[in-house]
Amino acid sequence: MSMSEESVDFQHVSLRYRILAERGINSFKEWAIRWITRRMRYQELVALSDVCFTVEAGRAVGIIGHNGAGKSTLLRVAAGILRPTEGTAIVRGRQAPVIELGLGFEAELTGRENIFFNGALLGRSPDEMEERLDEIVAFADLHEFIDQPIRTYSTGMVARLAFAVATTVDAHVLLLDEVLAVGDASFRHKCQERLRTFRDAGVTILLVSHDLEAVVKMCDEVLWLDKGVVRAYGPAPEVVARYKDSVAEGPTVGGTIESTTSQT
Amino acid sequence: MQSTSIPVLINSADEKFSAIKEIRDLVEHRNLLWNLVRRDLTVRYKRSMIGFFWTMLNPLLMMLILTVVFSTIFRFEGIKNYPTYFLSTYLVFGFFAQTTNQSMASLSWNGALMKRVRVPKSIFAVSTTLSGLVNLLLAYIPLFLIMIVTGAPICATVLYLPISFLLIAMFTLGVSLLVSAMAVYFEDVQHMYQVVTFGLMYMTPIIYPVSIIPMRWLWVIRANPLTHLVKLARDPVYGCTLPGQHVILASSAAAVIALVVGWVVFHRLARGFYLHV
Repeated sequence: MSMSEESVDFQHVSLRYRILAERGINSFKEWAIRWITRRMRYQELVALSDVCFTVEAGRAVGIIGHNGAGKSTLLRVAAGILRPTEGTAIVRGRQAPVIELGLGFEAELTGRENIFFNGALLGRSPDEMEERLDEIVAFADLHEFIDQPIRTYSTGMVARLAFAVATTVDAHVLLLDEVLAVGDASFRHKCQERLRTFRDAGVTILLVSHDLEAVVKMCDEVLWLDKGVVRAYGPAPEVVARYKDSVAEGPTVGGTIESTTSQT
Repeated sequence: MQSTSIPVLINSADEKFSAIKEIRDLVEHRNLLWNLVRRDLTVRYKRSMIGFFWTMLNPLLMMLILTVVFSTIFRFEGIKNYPTYFLSTYLVFGFFAQTTNQSMASLSWNGALMKRVRVPKSIFAVSTTLSGLVNLLLAYIPLFLIMIVTGAPICATVLYLPISFLLIAMFTLGVSLLVSAMAVYFEDVQHMYQVVTFGLMYMTPIIYPVSIIPMRWLWVIRANPLTHLVKLARDPVYGCTLPGQHVILASSAAAVIALVVGWVVFHRLARGFYLHV
């Protein structure tokens, strides 16, 4: 893969949901009655609005913003989990999405079986997982427990195993959602170390995090999302500083600029 | 990074749904499919050996109860070897009922996965159907044992069973896709559907012969696709005959229609799963 090529390319990506205005309809009977009597009101929810940005291969990009700004949605569009309602997202290279740790861990299966199961979820072959088994077990520090069912593990052990599986694969693009928030200090340090190794190896990283310190430390660029709109995209320290200013100034700034988003 | 070809993900609003693409996607995820089936089976059989024996024991005990009830209390004229008559259809109906019910639980259960990795969403219904098929095949062991013990003939026509299973599995997968997609949106679908399968059991000639149905209600039995589908499994085992042409035709039509309708509805609803799981 040539270094100059874009590895992530979002072209006018928008994502809107049409949801029932009334929250309470989760029964088929009620829905049928309303449908027959034509009493249905829908509400449009804008998760992403005309998002455009590109990431060159090998760069690390932090994604920041308030809760509900669309950070995780953006990551899910990049991972191909959600399809945009408008626009196109292109991601070149093999992905390793880490959107919440511990996905698909089955309590009854052993650590070893879960490694293969998770590998399959990430689209990796059994041979590839076999090759990397020792490395995963070593990183997660689980040696004697690996053939025990996961239900006997502590939360910290599960988190370590999850991170180890997700990041011990050949990948060109890492999509990370709040992964730095788990585990104790020493494990967090180990995670950051590993991310640095990935960066040095030329892996493209999209990192969603509320930890602004870590974002500045680890990312080249930062994308600031606000209610689904890109507020800023540029060098990490600069954008984070602007974001901090806006948080300090309070909601008045956000209110005036945000008139572009329609949230009806 | 030594992989030779670099995959490119193009996630575009302009992309249209295509059934062929979805099937190709499933084939690409065959390793995951195999893992899901294995997970279903290991979790079921791992905790205790009872799990495995239960699959064997369940039809044996059912047979015992029903043989007592229907050969001493209610009696149907003209059914020789009632255990074989009953079990040859009950097993496939059980496969249908269990798989469709489980697929609803499986889709909600795996909802968390769909939010975190890109998987073809129909993979859960497909894997539930496949692990159901494995259980069905295992359940034929006690059936053949019972047939040997009770002196029922086992004919070469049983070689027709794979075709019966294929059509029943297609129908089951179609219904699974339909009801599991609806169950994601509405909590009560799962409970309502349990009642539906309970009613279907009595609308299908499993414990009784068609001959006891009054003429004016016969159309209800004939309109039920499961009537033909279970006959597809009964004839080669109990009757020592191949299913008649109209049975094959009706079953094939039911299987294809269920699969197409289930597939289309599932994919229309799948886009909104994200908000509900």
